[in-house]
Amino acid sequence: MSTDSATGEANRSLASRLRSRFEGPNTIGESRGFWVGFVVAVAALAVYPAFGDGSQLSLFMVLALLGLSLSIVWGYSGVLSFGQVVFFGIGAYTFGVVSINFATPGGITAAVVAGIAGGGVSAAILGYFMFYGGVRDVYVTIITLVSTIVMHTFMAQTAGSEWAIGEAALGGFNGMPDIPVLTLGVEGASYQFMYNPFPMRVIGIGSFEISPFYYLVLLLLVGTYLGLRILVNSDYGRVMVAVREDEDRTEMFGYNVTRVKFVVFTLGGALAGLSGVLYAARNVYIDPTVFSLLFATLPVIWVSIGGRKSLLGAVVATLAVEYLRISMAGELALVLLGTLLLVTILVLPSGFVPWLHEQLVETRLGPGEAGGADAPDASSEVSD
Amino acid sequence: MVNGINLALQFLDSFAFIVLAAAGLAIIFGIMGVINLAHGEFILIGAYTATLAVTQLGLPLVVAMLVGGLVTGLFGILTERVIISGAWPNYISQQTLGRDIIEPLYDRLADSMVATFGLSLILTQGARIRFGNSIDQIATPFGAISYGEFSYSTYRIVLAGVSIGLLLATYYLFTRTDFGMRARATIQDKETAQAMGVNTDRMYMLTFGFGSALAGLTGALFAPVITMQPTLGDQFLVEAFVAVVVGGPSVVLGTALSGGVLGAILATFSNLYGTFIGRIALLVAALIALRFLPDGITGFIEQLRQRRQESD
Repeated sequence: MSTDSATGEANRSLASRLRSRFEGPNTIGESRGFWVGFVVAVAALAVYPAFGDGSQLSLFMVLALLGLSLSIVWGYSGVLSFGQVVFFGIGAYTFGVVSINFATPGGITAAVVAGIAGGGVSAAILGYFMFYGGVRDVYVTIITLVSTIVMHTFMAQTAGSEWAIGEAALGGFNGMPDIPVLTLGVEGASYQFMYNPFPMRVIGIGSFEISPFYYLVLLLLVGTYLGLRILVNSDYGRVMVAVREDEDRTEMFGYNVTRVKFVVFTLGGALAGLSGVLYAARNVYIDPTVFSLLFATLPVIWVSIGGRKSLLGAVVATLAVEYLRISMAGELALVLLGTLLLVTILVLPSGFVPWLHEQLVETRLGPGEAGGADAPDASSEVSD
Repeated sequence: MVNGINLALQFLDSFAFIVLAAAGLAIIFGIMGVINLAHGEFILIGAYTATLAVTQLGLPLVVAMLVGGLVTGLFGILTERVIISGAWPNYISQQTLGRDIIEPLYDRLADSMVATFGLSLILTQGARIRFGNSIDQIATPFGAISYGEFSYSTYRIVLAGVSIGLLLATYYLFTRTDFGMRARATIQDKETAQAMGVNTDRMYMLTFGFGSALAGLTGALFAPVITMQPTLGDQFLVEAFVAVVVGGPSVVLGTALSGGVLGAILATFSNLYGTFIGRIALLVAALIALRFLPDGITGFIEQLRQRRQESD
């Protein structure tokens, strides 16, 4: 795309120039129809609290950020990590510890930053040892899996009073209650996001209350999604995909594969940390179940069902799977989840959203044209 | 002196635990390139089958344990046919749709991990629904030996003997028998093995079944000494994966050596600082091993051997 050529730029509207930053071979959704649908979907999410349980949906959207973090690490860079919840949990615990010790608006804002940094730094440390230590593909997965189990064992035995940081007791299996409500800003100019609903009255629907936290999360989710779209469609994103497709070949082209993996892993850790901060802020509570084996594998489930090479898939599948999981509360929920996972990976290895996209593109183009070499869709994925 | 005996017994215990936990996984992962996250649940099947065979059917303990291994082996074969190679679903879809619907999971490491994790969810929850949160346990046989002021369960010493026996049997099976020869040929070079008349499809199936049977036998052997709950497989996972990664490509030798090294580390640190530090030490040892021996202990030995051959 010749965004830098003067004549090309003059002929194109601002909107299309803006759009081209978000589009490329690495994401689905190139058409005008997609963006119209995207705006409609975001608008639907924005008015959802008027009709349904916004508090629950805000939890799902928080988890969607965790799903996105795995999508860039695994789906785009080829590093399957079972450890995203380690960074998620470290982010959540860091937020809890800092905000309990400094329960002022400025302190809580700093706790958010500390939580994100905690996720990023722990990912950087683990990533440094793994990638610069020459640990390869599947062994990375196993090390992240083992780290999760170790974190779970560790946090579960912190019940004693000696396990306290300042005023914040880690609390072992009982977790850390009394996390202050999320308030951003500095002393005097701050805004409380939790437990501070503002009443709304819409003619025809009636009056209801909406939570500022919901909109904060929605904003962060949409912003993160669009930001990651720019990233994966940038030159750096192309290198990430190249690393996923063939490490040796990418290295031969002169790219520093190790550094790319390290950087993406750290970024993924920070994003998981952000998700963890919001999770702890939403529940005003955090406990070691976030390090449990089941929770550790949930991101892998979301991302593989949605389509690991699709950011949109990660978000949609997180919302859908979590909704299913909550609404099927009961003993069969896990069986169904396992079956869903098994069937998806066996029958639709590339995931549900890319498959749906392919079907849509085929119907739009008609059966004759579909699959043609010049089909203007994104499924012409880099392959070898 | 007494502490020395303590440490030695703890070492034997850790060694047996690691070797038995890793044996089945080492075959399925090390030989076949499938990461079986349902490994813990295969152990669960073996443990539950053996326990139920004793408590419900009244079988003698040794027979019940063999039944546990056998049932898990058959379940492994079923898993291989339906999920890992997709042979049965593909046969049905060939008849009805005229095409394959499942691509085999061999050498698709990440996908095999996700698929077997789905299986593990189903099995754990299935066991919970069917049998509840725990089932009655069988008593630990053989009593205890005592020395000084301590006593130690004889059964745990027997386990160490059994683990060595199993390693030897596996070694014999893969190096001295016709089946082992064919299996290794299949794994080394599938096309050539096929050309030489080996039914590679069946070899994959049987090897997977054998690995599963070993996992089941592990569960059956540990059934008297661990709590019978649906998540019992989880406690084997860390040691199993760490041992396989540290052991490297050669299954039997790798498992034995990593069992020895990691068992010593686990026993020493657990004895001195408690179980938690023992586990942390195990993980750190694995990280260091991966950092300096990326192909595991046996990969390193192989490298040394090659270097010596070159210098001769």
